[in-house]
Formats: sequence, C-alpha cells, structure tokens
Amino acid sequence: MTIFIIRRILQAAVVTLITLSVVFVVGRVVGDPVRIVIGIEAEETRVQEVRDQLGLNDPLTVQYWRFMTGALRGEMGTSFWTRTPTMPMVLERLPATIYLGVVTALLAFPLAILLGATAALKPHSWADRLINVTALGGVSIVEFWLALMLILVVAVQLGWFKTSGYGGVEYVVLPALTLAYKPIGRISQMARSAIIDELRKPYIKAARAKGLSEKQVVFTHALKNAAIPIITTTGDEVATILNGAMVVETVFGWPGVGLLTINALSRRDLPLVEATVFVVTGMIIMTNMLLDVAYTYLNPRIRFQ
Amino acid sequence: MQREEIVAMDESNNTPSDQQITGNGGHLLEVSDLHVEFRTSGGVVKAVNGVNYILDEGETLAILGESGSGKSVGVEAVMGIVESPPGFVTAGSVKFRGTELRGMEEDQLCKIRGHNIAMIFQEAQATLDPGFTVGHQISEMLRLHRGLSKEEATKKSVELMDRVQIPFAVERANDYPHQFSGGMCQRVMIAMALALDPDVLIADEPTTALDVTIQAQVMQLLSELQTETGMGIILITHDMSVIADVADRVVVMYAGRVVETGSIHQIFDQPAHPYTVGLMNCVPRLDRKEDNLNIIPGSPPNPINLPAGCAFHPRCSLARERCLSETPVSAEVGPYHQSACHFFEEVLVGH
Amino acid sequence: MNNTGSQDFGESVEGRPSKISWLRYLRGLFSDTTTAFAIIFLMLIFISTVAAEVVAPYDPIKTNLRMRNMPPLTPAVEDGSFPHVLGTDPLGRDILSRLIYGARVSLLVGLSSALVSGTLGTILGLLAGYYRGIVDDLIMRLVDFQMGFPFLLLALLVLLALGPGFWSVIFVLAIVRWMVYARQARGMTLAYRETPFIDAARVLGCSDARIIFRHLLPNMASPLLILGTLEVAGLILGEAALSFLGFGLQPPSASWGLMISGGRQYLSSAWWLATIPGFAIFFTALSLNMLASSLRSITDPLHRERWLMKGSD
Repeated sequence: MTIFIIRRILQAAVVTLITLSVVFVVGRVVGDPVRIVIGIEAEETRVQEVRDQLGLNDPLTVQYWRFMTGALRGEMGTSFWTRTPTMPMVLERLPATIYLGVVTALLAFPLAILLGATAALKPHSWADRLINVTALGGVSIVEFWLALMLILVVAVQLGWFKTSGYGGVEYVVLPALTLAYKPIGRISQMARSAIIDELRKPYIKAARAKGLSEKQVVFTHALKNAAIPIITTTGDEVATILNGAMVVETVFGWPGVGLLTINALSRRDLPLVEATVFVVTGMIIMTNMLLDVAYTYLNPRIRFQ
Repeated sequence: MQREEIVAMDESNNTPSDQQITGNGGHLLEVSDLHVEFRTSGGVVKAVNGVNYILDEGETLAILGESGSGKSVGVEAVMGIVESPPGFVTAGSVKFRGTELRGMEEDQLCKIRGHNIAMIFQEAQATLDPGFTVGHQISEMLRLHRGLSKEEATKKSVELMDRVQIPFAVERANDYPHQFSGGMCQRVMIAMALALDPDVLIADEPTTALDVTIQAQVMQLLSELQTETGMGIILITHDMSVIADVADRVVVMYAGRVVETGSIHQIFDQPAHPYTVGLMNCVPRLDRKEDNLNIIPGSPPNPINLPAGCAFHPRCSLARERCLSETPVSAEVGPYHQSACHFFEEVLVGH
Repeated sequence: MNNTGSQDFGESVEGRPSKISWLRYLRGLFSDTTTAFAIIFLMLIFISTVAAEVVAPYDPIKTNLRMRNMPPLTPAVEDGSFPHVLGTDPLGRDILSRLIYGARVSLLVGLSSALVSGTLGTILGLLAGYYRGIVDDLIMRLVDFQMGFPFLLLALLVLLALGPGFWSVIFVLAIVRWMVYARQARGMTLAYRETPFIDAARVLGCSDARIIFRHLLPNMASPLLILGTLEVAGLILGEAALSFLGFGLQPPSASWGLMISGGRQYLSSAWWLATIPGFAIFFTALSLNMLASSLRSITDPLHRERWLMKGSD
C-alpha cells in the first residue's frame, strides 16, 4: 500500500515535469515568445526590450532551468497584463472552477451510473436504445452551442436561471448541466459495457441462484465490480470537464481558471498562460490521485497486497 | 411406465403458482419433459431435449454425463437462471412439492431460489463475488430471505462457517474470496447454500476444480449435512468415481437426453445403455489389470446438428440400421430402471 | 460462441474477408433503423458538400440588405413562396446556402485532421508495439500524458505559437489527437505480435517492413477506421470550439462553428442564427457516432451475433 502511494506520487511528479517541459517548449521553442507577446509587426527596439525582460537572451538551457526551478517554487513570472505575479491570480480563480467542477461531478456521476446500469439491466430494450442515443448525443454536441441553447430557452424564455455570472444555485445550474452532458454520455456507456461484462461472469449466476432479483444483481453485485473499470476511465473525464470549463466559463462569464486562461491567451500574456496550465495540470493530477484512492478502496485485491 | 404417468399428471394437474409451497403435493422435485435451447446466429443449439427425473427427500440423485450433455443447463432451467437470451426453456414442467415453477412470476421464484432450492457451482472461487467479504455474501442470504438485521445475519454467518468446518470463522468472515483456497471457497459456497436449510441442494460439479483429498472432504461434508437436514441433493458430475459412495439413484445424460436411469447398484452392476457402459470403462479400477483405459471413441455430437435416430449411434459399437432412423424411447429394464436403447437386452447380456 | 471466435480469427489471418460477408455486414447495418438513418443523413451531407455549387440555392456570400434577419420559413411578399427556408443572417445572406458551404469547411477540417492524426498515431503506435523497449516507453508516456490533459488547452497553446488559420487548425487538431490511434495500434500490434502467423512470417524471413505492411496493418485497418469515424465527429466539435474561442478559423471563412459563434450576439433577437448550424453539427456528429458504434458492435465477435441474425431475418 505504501509502495503503491509512493509510486503514484513519483508518477505524478513525472507528469508535472513533462507538462512543464511541454509548456516551455511550446512557448519558447516552437514559437517566438516575443512575437507571441507583442505581435509580428512590433519594432526592433521594443522586441529587444521584451527579450531582456523575459531573459530570452540567455541560452535555452539556462532559461529551462530558471523556468523549472521557478515553477517548483510556485513562481511562474509576472503577468504582462496586470504586472502582478501570476500564481496568486490563478489561485484566486481556482475555487470558482473547483465549485463548478464539483457540482458537475455531483450531477454527472450518479446520473451516468444510473443510466448505464438501467441500460445494462435489459440490453437492446427500448430503454437501452434511448439511453444509448442520449449518451451519443453527449459526445456529439458542441458545448458552447448547448450553453447558448440553455441560455435561450431556460434562462431567457423561461427565466428560471441567470444567463451569466457567479453565485448560488441560480447561477451554477446551467453551466454545470452543460459541462455534465459529455461525461454523462461517456461514463454511462462505459458503465453499461462494464456491467454487461460483469454479468457474464460466474459469480453473477451464483448471485441469481441465491434468489436475488435481477435489479439487486445488477445494482449491487455487478455494479460494485464494474466500478473498478469505470473509475479507471473516469480519470480521462476530468480532462473533458476542464476542457469544457474553458468554453463554458467563457459563455457564462464564470470567473474561473478557464475564463482566465482564455483571457490570458487572447492577450498573449505568456507568463499567465503558463501559470494557468501549471495549475490545471495540478488539478488533474490531484483528482486522479483521489480516484486512485477510490480505486484501491473498491478493489480488495489491491487493498490487501 | 413411470414416465407416462408423470406426463399425464402434468397435463391434468396445472396448479396455480400461488399455491402453498410447503403443501405436500407429491415428490420433492419433479422434472418432466424439459426442453432448453440456445438461439445463436450459427443455429439453434438444442441443449436439453426432454429430460425427466424425480427427487425425494433425503435422497441423492446423480446426473451423469460428459461436458456438453446438457446436464448443467438442465438444472439451471430448474432454478430458472438460464441466461436469456440466448437461452430459452421451450417446454416441460418443473414441480417443487407439486407446485409448478415454470411460468411463475419472477418475484415469487426469487423467494424459492436460494430459500427452498439452493445451488453450488463448479469453481467456487469464481462463483463468489470478488468485491464483497465472504461473511457479507453469506449474510446476504439471511438478510434477503429472512429479513435479519446486519448483526444477527453476521452472527449466523459465522455459525454457518463453523458448521462447514472453516477454521477461525470469526476472523475469516471478513476476508475476501481471493484470500481463500479453492476448497475453502467451496465450503463458503456450501455454507451460503445451506444458510436457509433448503429442501433441495443442486451441486453442479462441486469438486471438479479441487484436488482429490479435498474432493473427498467436500463430498463427506455434503453427506453429513444431508443426514442432518434431510435435504434432497442433485449431484451433477462427469466422474463416475465421485458418485459411487454418495448417490442413491443415477440419471445418465447424453446430447440433452436421458439415456438411462436407475439406482446406483443397477447402473453399476447392470448398465443397460452402451453409453453408460462406456462411461464405466473410463473409470480406472484397481481390481482389474488393463493396459490402457477404455475411452469412448469419437466425441460428443454438435448440438446444433444432432444425429438422426439415436444421438449416440456414431460412437456406438452396437449401432445398426434402426439406430440411424428411429429415436429410442425409454424402456423398462427392471424396477425403476430404464434405458433409451433399442438393444438394451444385448447390452445387459454383453456386460 | 467458440465457433464464431475461431471463424473470426480465420478471417483476420487472411486479412481479406470475402465479399459475401461484407454484404452481410452492410445488410446488418441497414437493418437497424437508427443506423440506416445515420448513413443516409451522412450521405446527404457528403453529396451537398461535394456539389455545393449545384445544391445551394444562393451564393453564400451575396448580401441582400433588404432581406436582413429573416426568420426561417418567412413567406415572400409577392407570391407566398419561401425564398429562404432557413432564414437569413444580419447581412441578408441565405442560411441554408451558408450551411451547405460551411459543411465543406467543417468536414474538410474534420476529415483531414483525422487523416493526419490517424497516420501519425498509427505509425507511432505500431513502432511502439513492434519494437517495444525505450521507443515504446517514450511514446506511451506521451500518450498517457496527452490522454489526461485537456486537448483544447494544448491546442490553444500550440495555436498561440502558430497563429490562427485553416492549416494551423488542421495541424493542431492532428497533434492533439494522435494518441488515441497510437494507443489502439499499439494494443493490436502487441496482440498480433505473439500470434503464430506473425511468427511464421518471421521464420520465413520476412523483413520487419513487410511484416508491418503486409501482415499487421491490414488486420488493424477496420478498428482504426471505426476509431477514425469517431474522431471525425470529435474533431468537427473541436474545430467549432477553437473557432468560437477566437483561435481557430477566422471570418470570412464560414465553418459551422463560426456560424454559431457569429449568431451568439443575436441570440435573443434572431435565435435561428446560432441554433441552426448547431443542429447541423449535432446531427452530423451524432450520425458519425452512431455509425461508429454500430460498426464496432458488428465487427466485435461478441456482439456480432445479434446484428447478423437481424440481417438474415
């Protein structure tokens, strides 16, 4: 168990290093950062000024070292836009995104599992087909379009929720619903096939022979064992939600990390962009570690090793 | 002509499903003319084609046959747990104490399953849910059928584990199936099956996956428990040596049909079907000196396309013209001894 | 079941399923009503894309200031006909025509980036699975990293460096999605690597290149094509998101995604501007997804039973 945890932490460290390196390479090697920051048409004196300011006249290895050690200390430079350190700016926005993410997860997870298990209960029935089409809809829909449609119908026409802004239930429901649809689609399909796989195993026959109803068989025995493959793929959905968060936060004016990222990108504020990527990566790693804990809890074979 | 009687009774006595199950309406378990098929894209697999047998209290009935003979599917049909689709029970009747189980409402059946008729399986380790402790899985029976509280059920589970001779039952109740050996898993299965004192215990190859000494222990345990409770046991096996000590009567199956039924002595001493004779010769015996084991030539038929006439004829040394066209019906060999062979008299003499 | 499995293996070993079985597959696909609808819808979209000049009722960039912001199905004043079935935009351009020409852009982006990422991913996955060792480790670390990372964020980062535009979008979408093919190709290579027919080829002295191109690739084609179908849908959505955020295609290009984001500011006054192209994307992606899921179950021996049985009814 301890070895398992240590291994996971080491893996997380490697992923962080890779991400930082990718950010560095994309920002400083692939494109010319100065041009990114001030545009193609800028004058030569201005270019040199920015180059010095960013330390771009140093060799790449020196820059890389400076970048990485700074990142590990939690220093990702100063924003061009606000002239303040970038990390506090990003961390300030973090609670809003976590709030939105948690509401989304609370909506998506139980609903997806319920839909998946219902579909698995009677494969190829009309209920299964309906759930399948609904699930495919989730991966076929443009998130910002869904957001606009929800605003148009639910917020403007029906007036049930606010069209944009940050706050309680009346603000969070629409963005969370928009974000939840894609993961609901994918997790429910995953749950369906994982449960159907479990239903083919011998222990299910024994559970039926015990006199359990089909619902009890599916929702207790099959679901508990199917939870293991479901959890393993849920890790990728964290990325899906963060993907969507950038779009959805932009549409709903939700002051989270996603909106900040898009603003930073529009203003070509390279240090701020790098800081948001760093924080987003951190969020992904933390969530995946939490999921790993859930995974070991659900899988007695790992827990007792 | 016992079989005809059964069929006649089946037609006249169509009992409604809500009849009192404990009421004594005939045999403990009575299976007649059971048909099960699997509908696949390759064709219809006729797994069980008209099977009849009776089980009484305190009795052990062995169902003997090679893999693919339909013996497991047959008892799954009795339990009502054939995977459907693709499996369908197309005809026949299953009566428990005179009450017809086929066509009974699912929630009614769930009350009988596990409670009145329990089942244990081959490969106990795979038939226990890997995600729950064994204690939980035994308690589940008690909580489901008896409505016991969690504490009561746990206490009773430990007692049951003691009863099937699992050492350190209190501690081991909190262990998961993968922490047990195959033999111990089968004991857990037995404890689970016996939790509610069932009237019928169906044991589907309970010892096949175990090594020989453990096999003997498990069989010993089953007969002790039978003496205690008076339950009827259906023991499914492909292994003649397993049944010799425990079975009272034997049903021999081939290609989804019953080819011979009789008491254990009749089957062992006067087998009246060439297939039974073949099975007997497969058992290594200490009292005869033979250079090699006699194995039945050929392999079981393709269940999608069963041979016409007697399904055994391609492998039978006695086969002749009649066997290729005419399906044999069970004929009386002796008291309660039937054989579905046109030439059973020759078999008796030859043996 | 066993029977079906070995039959399937026989097919894949030869790599050339007979024509009859393909007809059977096709009949199986069309026997499912929803799949049949999906195929027909995709064919319609494809035809109107290729023949946009013939199919589109108007020139998509011709403005008509007298006919601005007409809702769908507005009857003409003169004769009561419907000159603009899906309405017009704030410059009086015909939405249906713009939709047809927009399909060209969206599908082109989706198909070409799927092609580029598919080629790249398949090659890397094959190499990883075939040679194992350090190559495998490096490629798979990168795959794992990209799987867990929001692809939109990565795409935006690279677009920041490259600058927006049609080719940038295709390039960026390709490099953020290659890993799904790599993962699949590697998995299959590993599975086939150990099979007797690859061993036999090796013993017969086939070169690595020959084994890869003659024996491995043909057997991996159909799962990769199904994956590609799925990815085209995802990439059309990806392009829309990038364009909406302002980093993808730039006006006057008219992809479906740009049409939606253009309609955003008129949401309360002219709802159809954003709504209609959104439905176009939704139904196209949904059809692709349904087709992929049907193809997947029909080529999977475990699920095939049901489909082929239906086909033979």
